[in-house]
Amino acid sequence: MKAEWEGFNSGRWNKELAVDVRNFIQLNYTPYTGDETFLAGPTDSTKKLWDEVLDLFKQEREHGGVLDMDTSIVSTITSHNAGYIDKDLEQIVGLQTDKPLKRPLHTFGGIRMAMNACKENGYEVAPEIVEIFTKYRKTHNQGVFDAYTPEMRAARKSGIITGLPDAYGRGRIIGDYRRVALYGTDWLIENKKYQLSTSLVRMTSENIRLREELTDQINALKELTELGNIYGLDISKPAANAKEAIQWVYFGYLAAVKEQNGAAMSLGRTSTFLDIYIQRDLDKGLITEEQAQEYIDHFIMKLRMVKFARTPEYNAIFAGDPTWVTESIGGIGLDGRTLVTKNSFRYLHTLENLGTAPEPNLTVLWSSRLPKAFKEYCAKISIKTSSIQYENDDLMREVHGDDYAIACCVSSMRVGKEMQFFGARANLAKCLLYAINGGVDEKSKVQVGPKYRPVEGDYLDYDDVWDKYNQMMEWLAGLYVNTLNVIHYMHDKYSYEKLQMSLHDREVKRYFATGIAGLSVVADSLSAIKYAKVKVVRDENGVVTDYKVEGDFPKYGNNDDRVDSIAVNVVNTFMDKIRKHHTYRHSIPTMSILTITSNVVYGKKTGNTPDGRLLGEPLAPGANPMHQRDTHGAAASLASVAKLPFANAQDGISNTFSIIPGALGKDAQLFTGELDVDSMDGCGDMACKVPTLHKGIDDDDNN
Amino acid sequence: MKGIIHSTESFGTVDGPGIRYVVFMQGCPMRCKYCHNPDTWRILSEKDFKENNNTDNRLYVSPEDIIEDVKRYLPYMSNGGITVTGGEPLVQIDFVTELFSIAKSNNIHTCLDTSGITFDKSNESCLRKFDNLMEYCDLVMLDIKHIDEDEHKKLTGFSNAHVLDFMQYLSDINKDTWIRHVVVPDITFIYEYLYNLGYYLGRFNNIKALDVLPYHNMGITKYEKLNIDYPLKDTVPLGKDEALAAKKIILKGYHDRRSLA
Repeated sequence: MKAEWEGFNSGRWNKELAVDVRNFIQLNYTPYTGDETFLAGPTDSTKKLWDEVLDLFKQEREHGGVLDMDTSIVSTITSHNAGYIDKDLEQIVGLQTDKPLKRPLHTFGGIRMAMNACKENGYEVAPEIVEIFTKYRKTHNQGVFDAYTPEMRAARKSGIITGLPDAYGRGRIIGDYRRVALYGTDWLIENKKYQLSTSLVRMTSENIRLREELTDQINALKELTELGNIYGLDISKPAANAKEAIQWVYFGYLAAVKEQNGAAMSLGRTSTFLDIYIQRDLDKGLITEEQAQEYIDHFIMKLRMVKFARTPEYNAIFAGDPTWVTESIGGIGLDGRTLVTKNSFRYLHTLENLGTAPEPNLTVLWSSRLPKAFKEYCAKISIKTSSIQYENDDLMREVHGDDYAIACCVSSMRVGKEMQFFGARANLAKCLLYAINGGVDEKSKVQVGPKYRPVEGDYLDYDDVWDKYNQMMEWLAGLYVNTLNVIHYMHDKYSYEKLQMSLHDREVKRYFATGIAGLSVVADSLSAIKYAKVKVVRDENGVVTDYKVEGDFPKYGNNDDRVDSIAVNVVNTFMDKIRKHHTYRHSIPTMSILTITSNVVYGKKTGNTPDGRLLGEPLAPGANPMHQRDTHGAAASLASVAKLPFANAQDGISNTFSIIPGALGKDAQLFTGELDVDSMDGCGDMACKVPTLHKGIDDDDNN
Repeated sequence: MKGIIHSTESFGTVDGPGIRYVVFMQGCPMRCKYCHNPDTWRILSEKDFKENNNTDNRLYVSPEDIIEDVKRYLPYMSNGGITVTGGEPLVQIDFVTELFSIAKSNNIHTCLDTSGITFDKSNESCLRKFDNLMEYCDLVMLDIKHIDEDEHKKLTGFSNAHVLDFMQYLSDINKDTWIRHVVVPDITFIYEYLYNLGYYLGRFNNIKALDVLPYHNMGITKYEKLNIDYPLKDTVPLGKDEALAAKKIILKGYHDRRSLA
């Protein structure tokens, strides 16, 4: 056994050329069911360092959101010299460029996006770089537009399919960065070389591509070794202690964000893995709890500093400047033991030590069987910081086992074994308007969809509209899937994530992650047509541009099956239409219902709808009911959402849920008396129980 | 049997323990100045209900229908149950009794939020009805509006005699009871009244909690909608510190009384 593995239980994970992080975790981790009293506050050097970072953030804001941008060095794993915030204080080192908050220049996704991002922030990409990436080196963006059909361009322009990753990095791929710490890069390179030597040699385009990719991956791992060297660290060998383990994992992640400006660059599920190293050092008396927390605090600090060069339009879709450094915490193992460790607490505790922050996106994999003390700590931190995202482990464990993580906000995948092709979304509300108008765009009046027969007469008939909608969805599903096929073919070709994929198995399961927007608008519109009377208003060209609803109708979000069943039916119908189409690289089609921030932009692109919503009004986020239409309380609202079938929306269902503290229970100070202790389950200062239903509850999404 | 219901709430967290399904009954004889649900005041009969053709969206439902709806939320409320409030729920006491009896046969925790104003110890049939109701009621939240009889009259239009009789009755049958008390500047936020309330409560052994509710004026928009004059226009909402102080005074009275015993 390697010296670095001294004290670990052997298993499948350390047999020759094996790569099996889950096996290592299962054999070596220490579940923790206690409370948070062991935690340590920030050390003096943490406070000092964090103050320096806060000062940098302040400068960044004062500069209008961007402190500095690289305009002449194309970002690769080894493109920059070492960069520091304050070298003497930093326990965990490594920056994207040579200076903190200096944004890297990513050009392989698209040179125009890179140029615009610089220009909008008052910078200019060096002319020779522009020349290289327009004349000599094709980008992903160029490739996509070379292959798009006119129909795809029109649909993209009108916004019926939208948010497509055709000009920027698709993201949503999680490298298993833990592998770097557990094995060191040498072992991983040997493993990849073995994979290459045992790959098919019959030279079909598929096998050629695989061989080329495996070689790219080996080169990426070599560059990763070099990245360590740049910082004076040898990561070719396994990490020997806790500090190294955290550092090695971070280098893996850092290499990924140096290589890719992806729409979501998530971290994975690292806390319990790293706990094994921390616990080993604590047991040996090598470090104190203060030191352990300091390492984690410094690691999290680095993750908070990840920044990309992006355009204002991009930020409008994603409502801000998010990076989606999602880290999945907790959950229950297949053997029934909790995967909560002391380090799960340490990660959440950074929100206390460093203050609240949206990144990294700390996501608790919630199970009814999580240890009570951990639930209570989560609730306490939620109340204090509003910074934790919750997802349903009981639901996802069935599909992905117990070593999956969340990419972005809800996309679940086994770490290092599954990846996804991010597919943005189709606007089903707009599709309904196309069905009513026979493919004519209600805003531009251009024939975007197929010229089907539009509705006739003054009143909408449910059966007629559903029939037309069904056909229009059929068209949209085909166009949408094929558009995504183009995008992902070109992304693999011109902007392949070689580092992230080098931290995956060779046989990767790929998900083809489609998405829909506007579900509640569609459900309510169809409900209005079915249960009230909806009169159409046509403009001078005969295009229906407005609707008059006469009478009341059941609204999605009130646990009313009459309308909830419509929502379910729309999800099932559209997903089945998606399934009919060929998907790139044998990927498995999935669907998400999770626009959380982009719903505002989509609303601007969607005309008046038959539910009474007006042009420009935001669609409801994700699977949420429309604002203020859920009138029977939160449980009724959640119950409507919970009817949506996960099997047909496996990439996630999100429900953005805001509640004022006073509506979550009695004020513990004002209320005196007995309350059942169990009813205080997971609720900290509040005297009543917080909801434990989490079907993709989250507080933000990109995509 | 059917009841007239103002509305239901599937996620009540402030009306009893746990997450609760809350039924707001229509109708109340009292006219408390600070009431924030004036839309529940009007006492409707079945006939009104039918003739008015349900223009204001009141529900006219059977207890069975409500329990069927509650059942759909049971997974959300492992430690909760059903709370009936209003309006004054006991205006429709037969309905509430039936509702609670069905709830108990389904093992659902029942909680009654009442002012106690309809209680009349001198009326045998009224007493029998309360006895019957209490068989199926796990917890009573008794809202004592004012401890001083005259002030109670000014505030609500009624004497508090029935309310205090009801408190004694709950004590006699040893029913778990939470006391709710709205603290309003210049009306109940007065040392003497708060202390007296606590002192009065100190004699009972069945009180499990004290729920101090700071006065707020969020109901004002409802008054405007209904074209009713809002009586407490000039009263400012009670701050949390003041509410805490009020709680302390009530508890002081409570403990002073108990230390005598």
